[in-house]
Amino acid sequence: MSRSVAVLVASVAAIAMVLSKFIVPMESAETTVAEWFNAAAAIAFVLGGASLLKMNLLAISARGPGWGYSAVTLLAFLATLGVGLLKVGVAPSVAYPGHRMSGSTDAEGGALWWLYEYAMSPITGTLFAMLAFYVASAAFRAFRAKNAAAMFLLGTAFIVLLGRTYAGVVVTSWIPADMPWVSWLRLENLSAVIMSVFTTAGTRAMIIGIAIGVAATGIKIMIGLDRSYLGAGSGGGNG
Amino acid sequence: MASHGGQPSFLERLDRMDRRWIFLAMFVAVAAPILWVGVTGKTFPEAPTPAVQGAFDAVDSLPPGARVLVSMDFDPASAGELQPMATAIVRHCVLRGHRICAMTLWPAGGPMIDGTMQDVLGDRPDWKYGEQWVNLGYRAGFEGLMKGIEGIADFDLLVSVSAGYAGAKEWVQYSVSPTLTGPRPLRFVAGSTGVQTPQLIPYYPNQMAGILGAIKGAAEYEFLVNEAVRKADPNAVVPAKFQEAQRRMAPQLFGHVLMVALIVLGNVVFVGLRGREARA
Repeated sequence: MSRSVAVLVASVAAIAMVLSKFIVPMESAETTVAEWFNAAAAIAFVLGGASLLKMNLLAISARGPGWGYSAVTLLAFLATLGVGLLKVGVAPSVAYPGHRMSGSTDAEGGALWWLYEYAMSPITGTLFAMLAFYVASAAFRAFRAKNAAAMFLLGTAFIVLLGRTYAGVVVTSWIPADMPWVSWLRLENLSAVIMSVFTTAGTRAMIIGIAIGVAATGIKIMIGLDRSYLGAGSGGGNG
Repeated sequence: MASHGGQPSFLERLDRMDRRWIFLAMFVAVAAPILWVGVTGKTFPEAPTPAVQGAFDAVDSLPPGARVLVSMDFDPASAGELQPMATAIVRHCVLRGHRICAMTLWPAGGPMIDGTMQDVLGDRPDWKYGEQWVNLGYRAGFEGLMKGIEGIADFDLLVSVSAGYAGAKEWVQYSVSPTLTGPRPLRFVAGSTGVQTPQLIPYYPNQMAGILGAIKGAAEYEFLVNEAVRKADPNAVVPAKFQEAQRRMAPQLFGHVLMVALIVLGNVVFVGLRGREARA
C-alpha cells in the first residue's frame, strides 16, 4: 500500500512538471511541486542524520575494523551540528545587539566559521591536492602503450598536457604562427583543436545519449514501470 | 627476472621503484616553481584562446551599471583552481562599474563569495553593499528580492564559476533556455575545473559566450584584465593577489612536464622488460 502511494505521488509530480511546460493554466504546478520537493528534502536531511548516527554507533559498539573512523565521523558531525545550531561564538547582529542568537550562523569569528576556515577548508583542499601525487604514480605504472588505441591516447595526453602550459609554446615555437596551413601544428593550437573538435564531438554524443536515457527513465517512472528508486524490495525493478 | 648473477637490472629496479620517489619528484616539481615565482614575481605570458576572449568581451562590452549575476558554485576543495577565476571575473566587473549580484548553488560556497568580495573590494570603500553589489549566499529553494529584478532575464549577464553539480551545466538547462529568457537572450559565461570543462565545450559559443577552463583559462582571463589595467594606466602596479592564476602556471608547467617524463619512463621500462622476456 505504502509503495503504491509513493509511486502515485511520483507519477503525479512528474506529470504535473511536464504539463506545466505545455499548458499555460498549469504553469504554477512546477513551483508547487518544487515546494513539495523542498519539504521532502528537509525531512530527508533529518532521516539522513539519524541514519548516520545509527550506522556509526553500531560500528563503534561492534568494535569492528575501522571503528575509530566512525568515532571521528560522529564527533565531527555532532560538534558541527551543535556549534551551528547554538551559534557558538557568534556576535549579536547590529540590528538586535541584545539578542545573543541574532547573529548569522556562519559569521566571521563564530565556531562554525572557525571549523570551516581551519578544518574543512584545509582538509578538502589537501585531499584535492594529493591527487597530483597519486596521478603521477599512476602515470608511471599504468599508462602503458600496449596497443594502437593506447598509443593514440598517450599521444593525445602529451599534446594536451604540454599544450595547456607554456611548454607547448616553447617546444613548437619554430612553427610559423602566421601561416594558417602549418600554425595549427603548434602544440597550443593542436591542443585547442583536440578540445574543440574531438572532445566536443564525443561529449555531444554522450550528452544526447544521456538525455534520451533520462527521458526514457522519466517516462517509466511516470507510468509506474520503474520503481527502483524506492529501494530494495520495491517489487518493480525496471518494470 | 633477475639478471647479472641474481642482481636486479636497472630496468627492473626502475620498475619496482618506491612510489615515494615519484611523490618527492612531484613535490619538487611543484614547490620549486612556487618559490621561484614568489621570489622573482615573474609569470609566463599568456595567449588567450577564443573561448576566454569571448568571456572577457562579454563582460567588457556591457555598459557601466549593467547587472551581472555571479554564481560561485564551488567549495574549498576546488578553490585552488577556481578562486583565481572568480576573483578575476569579479574584479573585471568592478573595474567596468557593473552591479554584482553574488550567489552560490553550493551549501559550502558562501565563504567563497565572502573571500572573493573581500579580495576585490577590500580597497574599494566606494563600493556600497546593497547598491553596487549584493550577496544572496546559498538559499535552499528560495530567491532573494532585488529592486528591478523579477526574473533571471532581467540580468544583463550570468556568470557561473562551478566545480560540478549544481553548476554551469544546470544554469544552461534551467536559465539560459529561450523559454525562460524570452526574446532577449541571456548571455552566459562559465568557468570550470579542468575535469568538468570538456562537458561544457559543446555549449560554446551558442549557449555560452565564453568558457574559462581550469587554471589555464583563469590565467588567460587574468592576463587580459591586467593588460587592460596597464593599458589604462601604464604606471599601475598589479598586486600579487590579482595574478594568482598566472603565478600558478609555473608549477602547472613543471607538474605536466614531470607527468610526461614519467609516462615516457614507464613505457621505456615496459618495452625494455617485454623485449627481454621475448628474447629469453
